[in-house]
Amino acid sequence: MNEALKIDHLYVSYLGNQVVKDISFSVNQGSLVGVIGPNGAGKSTMMKAALHLIPRDKGDVEVFGEPLKKWRKRIAYVPQRSDIDWDFPITVFDVVLLGTYPKLGLFKRPSKSDKEWAYECLRTVGMETFSDRQIGELSGGQQQRVFLARALAQKAELFFLDEPFVGIDVASEETIIHILRDLKKEGKTILVVHHDLSKAESYFDHLLLLNKNMIHYGASEEVLQPEVITKAYANQFSFLQPKGVNVTS
Amino acid sequence: MSIFEFFQALFQYEFLQKALFTSVVVGIICGIVGCFIILRGMALMGDAISHAVLPGVAISYMLGINFFFGAVITGVLTAIGIGYVSQNSRIKHDMAIGIMFTSMFAVGIVIITMMKSSADLYHILFGNVLAVRMSDMWITLGIGVLVIGLVVLFYKELLVSTFDPTMAQSYGLPNKWIHYCLMAVLTMVTVASLQTVGIVLVVAMLITPAATAYLLTNRLSVMIYLSALIGVISSVFGLYFSFTYNLASGATIVLVSAFLFALAFFFSPSQGIVWKAHKSRKNRLELLEK
Repeated sequence: MNEALKIDHLYVSYLGNQVVKDISFSVNQGSLVGVIGPNGAGKSTMMKAALHLIPRDKGDVEVFGEPLKKWRKRIAYVPQRSDIDWDFPITVFDVVLLGTYPKLGLFKRPSKSDKEWAYECLRTVGMETFSDRQIGELSGGQQQRVFLARALAQKAELFFLDEPFVGIDVASEETIIHILRDLKKEGKTILVVHHDLSKAESYFDHLLLLNKNMIHYGASEEVLQPEVITKAYANQFSFLQPKGVNVTS
Repeated sequence: MSIFEFFQALFQYEFLQKALFTSVVVGIICGIVGCFIILRGMALMGDAISHAVLPGVAISYMLGINFFFGAVITGVLTAIGIGYVSQNSRIKHDMAIGIMFTSMFAVGIVIITMMKSSADLYHILFGNVLAVRMSDMWITLGIGVLVIGLVVLFYKELLVSTFDPTMAQSYGLPNKWIHYCLMAVLTMVTVASLQTVGIVLVVAMLITPAATAYLLTNRLSVMIYLSALIGVISSVFGLYFSFTYNLASGATIVLVSAFLFALAFFFSPSQGIVWKAHKSRKNRLELLEK
């Protein structure tokens, strides 16, 4: 099977603190991978560094055996909802249309077929009736679906989603996971930062468990073993020790 | 003087035609560039850069070259300086802006008072649109064409990097370069506006029309057209009041745009506080009746 993404000894520091330490893993084409770990484990940071959105201290990233730079336009990134200015004067349809921009290059405007394609993507996420709304008027789940539609419009090979399921309704979550599975079937490769362990196994075939260091990377059922999970979450439960509950790795 | 008499004077006096033409161009380009400035949260930066142009203008005077070049150099240097200070220390962005632009402005004032009469300083600071020369008009027009051309050519890139800089970066747009180009454009707009509104009030022409348009629409493209239109209306009526009542043109133009902003603030169909209050009152009354 084709190796879609390979990360080799990735290190990131922030203000002198090492927040991501020595992370190496590779993802086969057509996998749906969840990136999990406790708060402050560096999940989002790892993703951003892998995409070269923030500076890294060390580490190579390869996409289909080539440097990431060659694949930039074929990689879709869905940011955390908190990173977006929801008062921006832009309609739902125009947000999705942004997805067609990378392949257009300089000076070209989206054509009629680009617009039709953007509308098609909006229909895929079930948001076509909202196309003229300002994005801030939508609910959290609807906003997330619109950004997923934008990623679809980009016709990407790799999809990176940062916490797409935070603060959204059940129906939107269902729609999104359904679309991600369809993408997987089409041979696309998807990485999702996620913090809800309860659904991790049913959503993802592979999991990357982080807590600054890489704790484990493998098939979901293999990662979700008590002893593996404890390694990552042990110090989260130190407050239980005075009560006589001991969670150690 | 009635509007009719103003139009008569307009046909009669060439200086008034030049003044009107220059202020209309300034209204348009300030309106356009202002949209990107406010949406990028750089209103304060706009103020800083426009003030930082002063030493460049002064030095250009001294060297006898066109003040356009000096202004762009000191403007961009200040933008780089602000970025450098805030990124390399615990000094926050707004602190860096406050320090850098006041220093540059002070340098400009020192240079101007050293070499020339204070009348020039007064005109640079507050504008004197009725004294626009032919060459100034051409510079303004040239800058206007350049700014509109750049925005048309790079509209897509400006939209993405303003709305979602992370996405822009992830597909390889040079965000930093876009930022500094915008700063360069900002200095050019300031130069173009020197004689119409003056350095001190340029920021009003950048922010107020754009903010007014921001309250009236949900589309960036519409916002840009509206903002330019509001800029033009402010310029024309401002000039009228300035000419009729013998007031400083910069001040009257800014006051007209502030009045338009107040109208939008209270009466905008979607955002105006009067309609909002009216709607929530109606809702409450309906609930009471049930």
